[in-house]
Amino acid sequence: MQELTNKRVAVDRKPMTFMERLYIPTIIKGLFITVGHIFKKPATISYPEQQRPFSPVFRGLHILNRDEQGREKCTACGLCALSCPAEAITMEAAERTKGEEHLYKEEKYAAKYEINMLRCIFCGLCEEACPKDAIYLSETVAQANYTRKSFIYNKEDLLIPNPNETH
Amino acid sequence: MLLLTIDWSFIIEKLILISVILGASLGVATYATWGERKVAAWMQDRKGPSRAGPFGLLQPIADGIKLFFKEEIIPTDANRFLFILGPSLAMLTACMASAVIPWGPSIELESGRIIALQVADINIGILYVFGVVSVGVYGIMLGGWASNNKYSLMGSVRAASQAISYELAMGISLIALLMMTGTLSLAEIVNQQHGFWENGWFTWNVAKQPLGFIIFLVCAFAELNRAPFDLPEAESELVAGYHTEYSSMKLGFYLFAEYVNLFISSAILITLFFGGYNFPFMDQVAGSVSPVVFSIICVLVLLTKTIMMILFFMFIRWTIPRFRYDQLMNLGWKSLIPLALVNMLITGAIIIWVLN
Repeated sequence: MQELTNKRVAVDRKPMTFMERLYIPTIIKGLFITVGHIFKKPATISYPEQQRPFSPVFRGLHILNRDEQGREKCTACGLCALSCPAEAITMEAAERTKGEEHLYKEEKYAAKYEINMLRCIFCGLCEEACPKDAIYLSETVAQANYTRKSFIYNKEDLLIPNPNETH
Repeated sequence: MLLLTIDWSFIIEKLILISVILGASLGVATYATWGERKVAAWMQDRKGPSRAGPFGLLQPIADGIKLFFKEEIIPTDANRFLFILGPSLAMLTACMASAVIPWGPSIELESGRIIALQVADINIGILYVFGVVSVGVYGIMLGGWASNNKYSLMGSVRAASQAISYELAMGISLIALLMMTGTLSLAEIVNQQHGFWENGWFTWNVAKQPLGFIIFLVCAFAELNRAPFDLPEAESELVAGYHTEYSSMKLGFYLFAEYVNLFISSAILITLFFGGYNFPFMDQVAGSVSPVVFSIICVLVLLTKTIMMILFFMFIRWTIPRFRYDQLMNLGWKSLIPLALVNMLITGAIIIWVLN
């Protein structure tokens, strides 16, 4: 029969020789291996101080984007909610009134935008569905909390800070 | 009149010595737990305790505090007196054995007074150690019995039968050594191993009794309930063995007694086989420094050797997998005891026909 891999090792079932039954040479050989590991670099990453870099395709918490003037890009079209396989996104649309042009980029905006992070499976389909480049998956993870309610992130939690207000 | 005949300075000197030795052995045992975790971590490419204090040095203290604040549970049907006696006895016997170990050479003060760095130089020192270690088995046995739990009882029976089986081989391997030294006093045994090299051969007993040393070492592993013979505990297989029902500091006493035992038996191993506080070129050193400094050097040498022995115990723990119970008994009864007997006969033959 042809072997699938060349990893097969025949088990040696010969009775042990006297030297092998003494155990001590084998123990010394084993000691060299284990003591050798003392001088190796530990694989541990001391987590809160050191963090492992995320991979480039990492999908973490969502953010809602703004344009260069700090206006919200989302137009509450509902495509993200439609594409969401976990049905984690809910939103309510509202119409922009006069004097709100500096807040919202288009005539329609999301008055309410909620993502349930306990439902979300972080597949990134909302990001792909969005025609306005308004939603992205960032490189952060949802923080632990005590209540289920606290995992429903609303618009204020998701929006990135306004670049014009910070300075 | 009776008060006048008591040598008060002698009592005070011994009390100071006892408290220093007790404190030192408890301190070393405390940090042996830290060392064990560090060594285990390094051997497994981890870092080990590093949060409590620099290098995690406060970890054993934090562990102790944790154990003190844990809820104290005594099972309803347990025998309260024996339940408490078990861990106390384990701890007591662990500390008692340190009394006969010579920690350094005697210091002769200018007033002519001689201070021995040994609590009691009794002429049956080794026998005393064996006696105390045997009583230590009662701590385990009582703990398992008093818990009124069939699994604890089985665990304690396993532990006790292991300890008793290996005590035999240990004793017989020591007889060969004692035939060579001709004395049971530990101070005398250490004095015979003076220096390192004399008359074209090593003075340390390990070079004179290599087989005896290996048998003694293996038995020490079994007596200490340490891997590869940690079947009584077998933390990865059993719930806990004989201390299943114990909690809080009573459990801490059992675990801590094991580490005190580790320190004491390492010190005894060093005393018997690796020359105790003796080190190469000690006569030259003794000639160039004051006697007090020389004694301190000797004590430090003994401590260094002991700590190296403890490290060796730890290296072995993370190298060899645990024995099965029948393998343990086979090794003890069918290999070590016959080997020790043969070793004893060969030693006797050499003493009679070669050395005379």
